[in-house]
Amino acid sequence: MTHYLLAVHGPAEMGEFGNYSSKEEMDEAFAATGVFNDQLRADGYWVFAGGLEPASTATVVDGQGDTPVLTDGPYLETKEIIGGFWVIDAPDLDVALRLAAQGSEACRGKVEVRPFQGLA
Amino acid sequence: MHPGTAAVERVFRQEYGRLIASLVRRFGDIDLAEEAAGEALLAALEKWPESGVPPNPGAWLTTTAGNRAIDRIRRDSKRDAKHQAASMLPDHTTHARTGPVEDDRLRLLFTCCHPALATQARIALTLRLLGGLTVAEIAHAFLVPETTMAQRITRAKRKIAAAKVPYRVPEAVDLPDRLSGVLAVLFLIFNEGYLASGAGDPVRPELTAEAIRLARMLRELLPDEPEAAGVLALMLLTEARREARVRDGQLVPLDQQDRAGWDRALIAEGHALVRQCLAIDRPGRYQLLAAINAVYVDALAASDTDWSQVVALYDRLSRIDPSPIVALNRAIAVAELDGPEVALALVDPLPLTGYHAWHAARADLLRRLGRTAEARQAYDAAIAATENVAERTYLKRRLGELV
Repeated sequence: MTHYLLAVHGPAEMGEFGNYSSKEEMDEAFAATGVFNDQLRADGYWVFAGGLEPASTATVVDGQGDTPVLTDGPYLETKEIIGGFWVIDAPDLDVALRLAAQGSEACRGKVEVRPFQGLA
Repeated sequence: MHPGTAAVERVFRQEYGRLIASLVRRFGDIDLAEEAAGEALLAALEKWPESGVPPNPGAWLTTTAGNRAIDRIRRDSKRDAKHQAASMLPDHTTHARTGPVEDDRLRLLFTCCHPALATQARIALTLRLLGGLTVAEIAHAFLVPETTMAQRITRAKRKIAAAKVPYRVPEAVDLPDRLSGVLAVLFLIFNEGYLASGAGDPVRPELTAEAIRLARMLRELLPDEPEAAGVLALMLLTEARREARVRDGQLVPLDQQDRAGWDRALIAEGHALVRQCLAIDRPGRYQLLAAINAVYVDALAASDTDWSQVVALYDRLSRIDPSPIVALNRAIAVAELDGPEVALALVDPLPLTGYHAWHAARADLLRRLGRTAEARQAYDAAIAATENVAERTYLKRRLGELV
């Protein structure tokens, strides 16, 4: 089994309803994502998942020097950022891609699939 | 009989796809399989010229390469056991069989043509691992520097290993989709050989031959898939006209080709496959294209072509594949049936302004309608949109003949 990161990409600038255009749309996406998460757990693929606060809440830490240097804001200033992610445990890429498609449909965003290097 | 180097390499090349596929199946590592195969070739080059080619060269190469791979694993596992484990491909040996034949080459073909890989990477990997072409040969065929092609292949292999692209024939439910991806790769290889997109040799018979070899293999491995027969028939019926298609460095259009120069054996084989497809009666894109080409080669003279049959087949193809390129080819057949004016009305609205064949088709229709000034512009646009030397020469001649 391999761990895969399923990262949801969306606009860095979020409106009142996150990445969604209305409250109804947001509620539907959240409900669908909840159903998908339950299914991941039931099927044994679930490792961890979560939505992220906006990039403006990020802090970059560089601990390579004598004292850590802190920078307010995200590492990269881009229009598209990771809004949330799943970590799944799947036997191969075909399974990971199938789950990513289901997750993408549920949360209404594009999902990037990346394998982890071995198991820590 | 003591073979020379070239003869050994020919046998090796012939066996390469099978050899690599069985090594990948056994060791789960494409790089290791390639290295072991390379060592087996060196051993063969050393041994065969003295002892002769063994009765079953494929088995000899498989055994030799297998032993070399085990030696390598032993050496590597002492050095870095963890890394070795991480680079293993999943080998689903207990996976349910999807057909009567579960050939390792079929699994490898589906891995090489996996939809998570870019199209260019699929083509390169298929030619490298199943065709046994060298990186240099593939780079030459696609007119890119060898280092670029080497990087493309290395990156694809790394992705296969790291992301665990499975090594298996897809489940029945996914098979039609995945098979169409494989067929597309084989047909792209064929097309690049039949009308090279770049400025080098206009026709590359080594690529059409390799595509046909791979299509024959696929047909053999998936005897119940009519589209596999369809793509092979399409290639054979097209390849049959290859010799007649370029004369004095100029592309010769179908209606002006010397039909005596067509390869009758390939046509007969293509026809037989089309008849088998008709009997199965599960038409698909490649079967319909093959049937259209069967109609072309049926005609003793261009004027005998059954254009109503061609248009009817394109109508069926449009329902499966409503793409503008199919619409363009249908319109070209309509021109023969209903005249250039009707055809031009079909061609003009198609969103194909970047496609050389669209400009060339418009140019020809406008020429036939006597709209010379517009035809001239269309020929200029067609010439600008293609780099193929034989096609450019042909289009320039037609442009020069306009009055």
